[in-house]
Amino acid sequence: MSHDLGTIQVLLNGKDREIPGGQSVQDLLVSLDLRPELVVVERNRQILDRNRFPEVTVEDGDTLELVHFVGGG
Amino acid sequence: MDSTLSSSETLRYARHLVLNEVGPDGQECLKDARVLVVGLGGLGSPAALYLAAAGVGTLGLVEFDTVDLSNLQRQVLHGTSGVGRSKLESAQERLREVNPHVSVEPYPVRLSSRNALDILRRYDVVVDGSDNFPTRYLVNDACVLLGIPYVYGSILRWEGQISLFAVPGGPCYRCLFREPPPPDLVPSCAEAGVFGALPGVVGSYQALEAIKWILGVGDPLRGRLLLLDSLSSTWREVEVRRDPDCPVCGDHPTVTELQDYEAFCGITPSEAPAEAAADDYPASVSPGQLLELLGGDDPPLLVDVRESWEWREGNLANRGARHLPLAELTAAPEALPRSRPLVFVCSVGSRSAGAAQFLRDQGHTRVANLSGGLKAWAREIQPDLTVV
Repeated sequence: MSHDLGTIQVLLNGKDREIPGGQSVQDLLVSLDLRPELVVVERNRQILDRNRFPEVTVEDGDTLELVHFVGGG
Repeated sequence: MDSTLSSSETLRYARHLVLNEVGPDGQECLKDARVLVVGLGGLGSPAALYLAAAGVGTLGLVEFDTVDLSNLQRQVLHGTSGVGRSKLESAQERLREVNPHVSVEPYPVRLSSRNALDILRRYDVVVDGSDNFPTRYLVNDACVLLGIPYVYGSILRWEGQISLFAVPGGPCYRCLFREPPPPDLVPSCAEAGVFGALPGVVGSYQALEAIKWILGVGDPLRGRLLLLDSLSSTWREVEVRRDPDCPVCGDHPTVTELQDYEAFCGITPSEAPAEAAADDYPASVSPGQLLELLGGDDPPLLVDVRESWEWREGNLANRGARHLPLAELTAAPEALPRSRPLVFVCSVGSRSAGAAQFLRDQGHTRVANLSGGLKAWAREIQPDLTVV
């Protein structure tokens, strides 16, 4: 659990972002208007199991890459 | 070694022959190479053209579809006079004109678990230009099982993805996308649109990576996913590692043969019974089931969420369908009655699935989606219905 509920710095899709602290990956996706079941999340170069989105807290300094399902050809 | 290139080939490939990384040996290598292109649409078109032009000796082509006028905005293998013809024939003709030294091996089939291994095993590299998730998982798994590099590319709207999977030391498609997305929630290019020049970039890049791999030059896209946002003109690179727990390429694989990929991706055959929602109203219905519901005691109100231009071309107004484009629906869902069951329709069942879920979230209980959309309805029930 994060004790600091102020803002934290993350690298999101290659860009520095300031976001509220203490939120889960799930919260972050929802705040970005993304449907968690349609996004792959790589956190600090490890792909996160989708089932763990609600329990993993985004930490200060995290590097997050969000990748969408794209199927067209 | 002594070159076996003819004098006309030497002239044709002159710009390759002067490159240090290609040269006569590299060009020979390309001539001996066998590349399979799956799908001859937006991605397969430029990929096949550049592979042929580069002098890849043998090109396998998998495609079962015919050329449609709406393909020509981006599928540069095919021309106006080819509308209605098989894409495979149209492609063969064009590729022969581009480079008669290339031997083309056509497969007029839909790639499936039954035929994939037999076809893929004859090639050194596979370039995936397919347009659906079941085929992508199928191609990935077959490439891993056979040990063949999988050159991945995909597109939607203004976005493209490119990578090289299933090569030693690198990840596979499932290391990145372990599970498919829920069915009907990721739109197709037909539904969401695709910018015409985008597959030109992505498909050409797939050809480039395939050729580099054959030549063994430079840094391959192994373990790297390239993401292109063409609207903002930005490229992003994401590192993707091989997952030791991957069910296909991991240390203890559980997928050791091809599966039923339609079922894996949650796509049920239309004759299968509809999935029951919590309150027993089906969450999705096939065209046949919808026909039954419409003739039943409590017929649903059909709600067509497509755009006006699509509705004008053909619709189910004669069956009481109401036109309510998605944007209007989400702005004012109270416009729909709570007293009647609702069945949402669109062209292929993706936007309408989102609409159905939205209405369920608003507390409507009897809400279904027409699976496969009006295209499936036209195919199975009403062949004279025009669906764009």
